Amino acid sequence: MRFDRRLITHFEWLLPLLALAVSGLGALTVYSATHGPGLHGPSPLAVRQLTWLAGGTGAMLAVLTFDYRRLERNAGVVYVLVLLMLLAVPIVGRMGGGSRRWITMGPLSIQPSEFMKLALVLVLARHFARTPPGPLGPRAALLPFVLMLVPAIPVLAQPDLGTAIVLAVIALSMVLLGGVRVRSLAAVAVPFVVLAPLLGPVVWKHLKHHQQQRILTFVNPEADPLGAGYHVIQSKIAVGSGMVWGKGFMNGTQNHLNFLPEQHTDFIFSVFAEEWGFVGCLVLMALYLALVLRGIVIASRARDRFGVLLVLGVTSIVFWQAVINVGMTTGLLPVVGIPLPLFSYGGSSALCLLVGAGLAMNVAMRRYFF
Amino acid sequence: MASRNVYVTSREVPPELQRRLVTTALVVFVAFALVAGRLWYLQVDRGGEMRDRSENNRIRIVRLPAARGVVYDRNGEILIDNRPSFDAIFVPEDARDRRLVLRNAAHYLGEDEQTLHQRVRGPKKRPPYEGIVLRRDVDWQGVVAIETHQLDLPAVSLQVAPKRYYPFGTLGAHLLGYVGEVSDRELADGPSDYRPGDLRGKAGLESAWDEELHGRAGGQQVEADALSRRVRVLAEVPDLPGSNLTLTLDRDLQEVADRALGPADGAVVALDPRNGEVLVMVSHPAYDPNVFARGIRRDEWHTLVQDKRHPIANRAVQGQYPPGSTFKIAVATGALDTGVINPATSFSCGGGLQFGGHYFHCWRKGGHGTMALHAAIVESCDVYFYQVGQRLGVDKIADYARRLGLGIPSGIRLDHEKTGTIPDTQWKRRRFNQPWFAGETLSVAIGQGYVTATPLQMAELTAIIANGGIRYRPQYVRRVEAPDGTVKRDFAPDALGDAHLKPATLEAVRAAMRDVVMTDRGTGKKARVVGIEVAGKTGTAQAVGEENMAQRDAHSRRDHAWFIAFAPVENPEMAIAVLVEHAGEHGGTVAAPIAQQVFQRYFTRGATPPEPEAPTAPESPAREAHAVRPPTDHPL
Repeated sequence: MRFDRRLITHFEWLLPLLALAVSGLGALTVYSATHGPGLHGPSPLAVRQLTWLAGGTGAMLAVLTFDYRRLERNAGVVYVLVLLMLLAVPIVGRMGGGSRRWITMGPLSIQPSEFMKLALVLVLARHFARTPPGPLGPRAALLPFVLMLVPAIPVLAQPDLGTAIVLAVIALSMVLLGGVRVRSLAAVAVPFVVLAPLLGPVVWKHLKHHQQQRILTFVNPEADPLGAGYHVIQSKIAVGSGMVWGKGFMNGTQNHLNFLPEQHTDFIFSVFAEEWGFVGCLVLMALYLALVLRGIVIASRARDRFGVLLVLGVTSIVFWQAVINVGMTTGLLPVVGIPLPLFSYGGSSALCLLVGAGLAMNVAMRRYFF
Repeated sequence: MASRNVYVTSREVPPELQRRLVTTALVVFVAFALVAGRLWYLQVDRGGEMRDRSENNRIRIVRLPAARGVVYDRNGEILIDNRPSFDAIFVPEDARDRRLVLRNAAHYLGEDEQTLHQRVRGPKKRPPYEGIVLRRDVDWQGVVAIETHQLDLPAVSLQVAPKRYYPFGTLGAHLLGYVGEVSDRELADGPSDYRPGDLRGKAGLESAWDEELHGRAGGQQVEADALSRRVRVLAEVPDLPGSNLTLTLDRDLQEVADRALGPADGAVVALDPRNGEVLVMVSHPAYDPNVFARGIRRDEWHTLVQDKRHPIANRAVQGQYPPGSTFKIAVATGALDTGVINPATSFSCGGGLQFGGHYFHCWRKGGHGTMALHAAIVESCDVYFYQVGQRLGVDKIADYARRLGLGIPSGIRLDHEKTGTIPDTQWKRRRFNQPWFAGETLSVAIGQGYVTATPLQMAELTAIIANGGIRYRPQYVRRVEAPDGTVKRDFAPDALGDAHLKPATLEAVRAAMRDVVMTDRGTGKKARVVGIEVAGKTGTAQAVGEENMAQRDAHSRRDHAWFIAFAPVENPEMAIAVLVEHAGEHGGTVAAPIAQQVFQRYFTRGATPPEPEAPTAPESPAREAHAVRPPTDHPL
């Protein structure tokens, strides 16, 4: 590959620094969240998270070496490969926490559904880059809908409602940013809204009792005061008890007394909020906001539609996951398993988001190349 | 941005998209503003209150374990009950000095301190403040000690917990099974509402019917004060007791069979041939399930598991024994039904048979002389069956054995049922990659060699002969009732197959089995009951092949004694199989008297044997078949 000096002069600094700042705070919080009594030094989980972040940073830089436009041609291949991995999960996958999401490869354990988020962004960016521009009718949303549904169904079956929801909101964001009119999309949604009350009771009757319970709890956590409802209460107490300045690093009582469920993954924000308080939370939220806005700025400066949509897609992953996760841990939204991007424990998620950041940098640095 | 319009590509970013980016940025701002507002509300506005709540975080989940279902015998006698008891519970989070508290607890409970430490460390995923069971079923001295020494024992409390109670002790232990703490693997296997420390069925019907029996634990979200006393209940989910089972088992007959088998190892299974209901299922040696209910100690468990007599195993469904001469019923049925022989076909017995360079003995060294099938069954002549076996061939023998329920799972709802072995040429090739040798058929014909069967299967075979060929699923649960008494399931007879036997075949075999018991030449005359016609077949099975004899001790070298029987010969109501392990004596001597006592009890304990549901019980086809059958007591 021909090396171009302009890659250095136009190096994108802000985005990776923001991403690494969030990741660093995340690793610190994972360290605190997984620190148990009698444990000296960092927990194995914290060490593993740091290893993934280091690998992810390497991958982020590696992504810069080729022109992102080559990805447009290969988006379909990437999508199909990741889809195959995803479909292999029920066959060769590993169970964890009641669902089957991971494939073990030697010392690594990867979660194909995380890679799917990125693959979906790629394939949708390519789709809209090749559609004539301008306000689009509802038909332009059909293929994206199918491309989202094909991976979302096996993800839902794992079962992993959270990731399925993220796939859906990514697709929705891309469809709207890709040029489909809100009005058209609403027109498509109407029949579903009408059909739902008719089909609902039929589907409901065929569900097992525990499945019905899960849905009821999802709709209304207070209906399960011993399960999810309890978790929300404890999470709210954790966040609120941080007050303005927080209890200090490693001093969160809610965390260390095991009141919080999934404290190093889905509920890690509660741990952070308890220890760093409102001030810390504002800093973290500011970092996320800057990250998202930087993504939008990079997109606005990109020279081709594929680049714009690619950056917006990656940005939408960060945006939605951050907002839904914090909304869930503070009791604004129902509890679904969605990790805080770059922050929660999880190697596949961190790797994918850093690669996504690398792609956005790639677009930013090649905007003068045309 | 000066360079923007220098190059115009076909993929140029349309202004429409730029407009959407502005909207997007607005949406992002609003979303983050909402989140920041929420954080302000929780952390600044209500922060003080939340801090208080976190410091006095006393909101706990208290589990209310559900009572397991009660199990009744067919006449409503309680076989498994619940009794109130106390568990000593320890909440580690409430203890300032864990070691001191556990040392005191060990002292008052008379437990080893180390054991308590292990138990506290045990559960991996435990919700905060959920108590750990230090000791189940604390005796009254322990209860008094804990109550009076509360100051020494902060964080230790007593919790009422229903315990399993088996009023008849070892009686029917293997069928009833036992409960134990749910294991980590069971917790990991699929979704369930089990939590560490919960009790779960581990064997017998407690395990096989666990889903019906265990009910659903409830719980309370409780706010407690600083001394972890309950202040108020914030939310409650009531527990749901398990369903009650009514068995087909007859406690009275079970006890008779249990006593008749006495100290011997072995099994007794009695079925109702009209519907497959299990009336009796005894396995010896037995264990006391009450020991498990109160929480079995490690040493007790090791003693049970390492006992060479295997008291944990349910011999009735897991013991695989060579059936010996009782297997001749299957061979005779096959030979008659296929027409290889007819009832008049005679062979001569001179005490043995030379075949393929090997001399096959008859059990009677002097020989039986020339005889037809009837006499060969009555006197259990081996040479006659060597001849019949050769003519029928191993594959046909296997075919009929399977039709009579051998070599296949009976379909009884019990874990780890064994199927025994019914060899044929295919099996031999699969198993040893060897062709079948003709000489092996001779061993098979008298129920030796590779042939094995469980006592339940032999009872099933007897029932099939008795009822005219129908293979019913052996069922020991008649009814499942919700705690409020509504019937959730009622089990009808479940016919799994039909042996398709000719009436003449059945008639000849039954007549011969009748004379095994009812004539003085018969080998099973010790099973006679006054006033009732009994049909049966004895068996004495070599426990080990001659090649392995040297390795075994004197006891395990001794023969197994078998007896299978049904009665009355007209309209049979009971089919029974008795196995006495390593009895060292003839089946007619040891096993037949056991069957006799069960029959005796069944047929003499009242004019009408207890059949609480007689009017509603569906008329089984077998009964009709017998009604039109001519009397079988004429000699052949």
